[in-house]
Amino acid sequence: MERLEILKTYKIYIGGQFPRTESGRYYALQDKKAKTLGNICLSSRKDMRNAVVAARKAFGGWSERAAFNRSQILYRIAEMLEGRRQQFIDELILQGLNVAKAEKEVDLAVDRIVYYAGWCDKYNQILSSVNPVASSHFNFSVLEPTGVVGIVAPEESSLIGLISMVMPVIAGGNTCVVIASYSRPLCAVTFAEVLNSSDLPGGVVNILTGSGKELIDPMVSHMDVNAVVSSLHDQTITSMIKEKAVLNVKRTFNYPIDWNKEDAQGLHYISDLQEVKTTWHPIENIGGATSSY
Amino acid sequence: MAKKNTTQKFEWEYAPSPESTSHVNLKEKYGLYIDGQWVEPANGTYFPTINPATEEELALISHASAEDVDKAVKAARKAYTEVWSKLSGKERAKYIYRIARMMQERAREFAVIETLDGGKPIRESRDIDVPLACNHFFYYAGWADKLEYAFPNRKVHSLGVAGQIIPWNFPLLMAAWKIAPALAAGNTVVLKPAESTSLTALKLAEVIHEAGLPPGVVNIVTGYGDTGAAIVNHSDVNKVAFTGSTEVGKIIQRSISATDKKLTLELGGKSANIIFEDAPIDQAVEGIVNGIFFNQGHVCCAGSRLFVQESVAEVVIAKLKHRLNSLYVGDPLDKNTDIGAINSKEQLETINKYIAIGKNEGADMYQPTCKLPKKGYFCPPTLFTNVAQSSLIAQEEIFGPVLTIQTFRTVDEVIQKANNTPYGLAAGVWTDKGSRIFNLTTKLRAGVIWANTYNKFDPTSPFGGYKESGFGREGGLHGLEAYVKLS
Repeated sequence: MERLEILKTYKIYIGGQFPRTESGRYYALQDKKAKTLGNICLSSRKDMRNAVVAARKAFGGWSERAAFNRSQILYRIAEMLEGRRQQFIDELILQGLNVAKAEKEVDLAVDRIVYYAGWCDKYNQILSSVNPVASSHFNFSVLEPTGVVGIVAPEESSLIGLISMVMPVIAGGNTCVVIASYSRPLCAVTFAEVLNSSDLPGGVVNILTGSGKELIDPMVSHMDVNAVVSSLHDQTITSMIKEKAVLNVKRTFNYPIDWNKEDAQGLHYISDLQEVKTTWHPIENIGGATSSY
Repeated sequence: MAKKNTTQKFEWEYAPSPESTSHVNLKEKYGLYIDGQWVEPANGTYFPTINPATEEELALISHASAEDVDKAVKAARKAYTEVWSKLSGKERAKYIYRIARMMQERAREFAVIETLDGGKPIRESRDIDVPLACNHFFYYAGWADKLEYAFPNRKVHSLGVAGQIIPWNFPLLMAAWKIAPALAAGNTVVLKPAESTSLTALKLAEVIHEAGLPPGVVNIVTGYGDTGAAIVNHSDVNKVAFTGSTEVGKIIQRSISATDKKLTLELGGKSANIIFEDAPIDQAVEGIVNGIFFNQGHVCCAGSRLFVQESVAEVVIAKLKHRLNSLYVGDPLDKNTDIGAINSKEQLETINKYIAIGKNEGADMYQPTCKLPKKGYFCPPTLFTNVAQSSLIAQEEIFGPVLTIQTFRTVDEVIQKANNTPYGLAAGVWTDKGSRIFNLTTKLRAGVIWANTYNKFDPTSPFGGYKESGFGREGGLHGLEAYVKLS
């Protein structure tokens, strides 16, 4: 007799836990032949609020980690993803890709995580400065993470889009809440399992599945979200995001690009979610001689 | 006022707590690692490497001749032309990350061998040398595909074959400082470790081999000064990187002056450690101890000239003497040991020569009464007070656990005294006043300034000297420059 396979329950990821949506709602995800791939959580406004609370709670610890430590953890995520390579390829195929494209996307995803792992302890070296002010002061500017970032992942990509948007945000010490693709949510949930088995602290990345129409509004309206990045082609939604962002002066960035391109990565994806902090410190003058940089 | 009894010696006896050597794999005899293979030296000559704490032989090391060096450079050239220079930065990065990870996995083995071969306390090799070496590879791996960010508006090219010669004080760490940025920038490497400490570089070759690096990308040749000279003078070497004495550095600079070889030199030092009256005294005393006795004082940036403000000199010196009595000199493998073995017999003779000079010059010497092991090369921590600025022990690099102490009254005076040296590697400043720190950092002619700390190192932080302490930086963003050509 043929063995009956165990089907996977796809759940959401909040604060390092895998709860079902508090609303108890779901949507049935189907492939092209109308075969059901799984019942996916249809997350609610309440889930969004819980996710933001978890992200804020994790922010202090994550942003204060040594940059080198964040670098090691991101590299660990790449190691874990590489180990689950086949699972992601299978899911990408289930969601409509051919084998070659699926393999390429997973390889690119692993390499992109490694790319951002390398940035953790370097972006501040590129972007900070010592400012030669005229007075006798040591004056320097460094970058600090913006805070809790809302991420609207691209609809058309299951894995690479999500990873390309999450990695620069957490490499820079932010925490985030992600709205996964509605029609291609499988890799987002499985990626949450990768994150959970790497050394990433719970709450740094929180992933919700469900309808963007329902979830974007509570994300952008949330007073404890500091920035929203999206990958949207729809002008009315991006306008809505920018408008609601005014509420607490959120930074908003929309990247309507093809994340499958090799060069769909870079330092500015990190620096967009950074604040510049400048410190003035006096330099003692002895006997009238001035000291400065 | 200092109390009279501050140097009283308490008879603490620690139970021995030696690190196990059971998981260490050493071969009886090591070949040269050339073109991805272990090969015998052409002239068949080997020399022993000694455990300086026991004077026992650990293994036989190959003495590479000019012929072997030529083979290594040819392998490096071939690997550069055919493989490494064609590889994308992204793929180079992944190789270097692999090396970092495999070193981390074998960290304990590296630490024990470093201590066996070099005599440094296991606490230091375990907590400082080895992790820093791993992290250095990890850090530079990330640069391999980001070079265009490091040099905006410039085109970045690799140099070709890098010849690298490293010292015996931090054998594995120096190998990492040399190899990691060279590979990240797209060069191939011929590296020579110091003759008294070849083992961890050879173990690193094993890791590099296991990591699957293409043959010839990294070649390790062991030997003496003649081996190093063969690397420096090889016509197909594009870059020379040297860490060692100023004397040898000058020979190298002269010998390649008629070539286009790019050069970085990390040479000697006689660094000032300056204690102001408002410094947190107890912390400063710990900083002085760490500054000069870290790695038996075999540190190019050791805080070997102590300057104490007159008003606190008496109390600082009293506390320092007291602290010296609780330093544990002995078996480097013991986890309680603060000061291990002097790296070699020759070095011990050099240190003892300087101690004799100091006494002859009329300075006052202080050494705690400590039992030194009967075998091996050991030197107790040594202080000299009443030292003249003109004294040899205050001018020349001793490279051992010997500290000279001078006093000063004003800020200007100490700046003058601190800068009065041909060296300019590092300096330490101890004061509670932030504005004074920044005044000092602008005035001191040295490449690294430690404020209220000493002997701190990090892969992201550039290291290197002013004046006769060399040129070029290792570590950080600036460390990349040594291994690229910009157009």
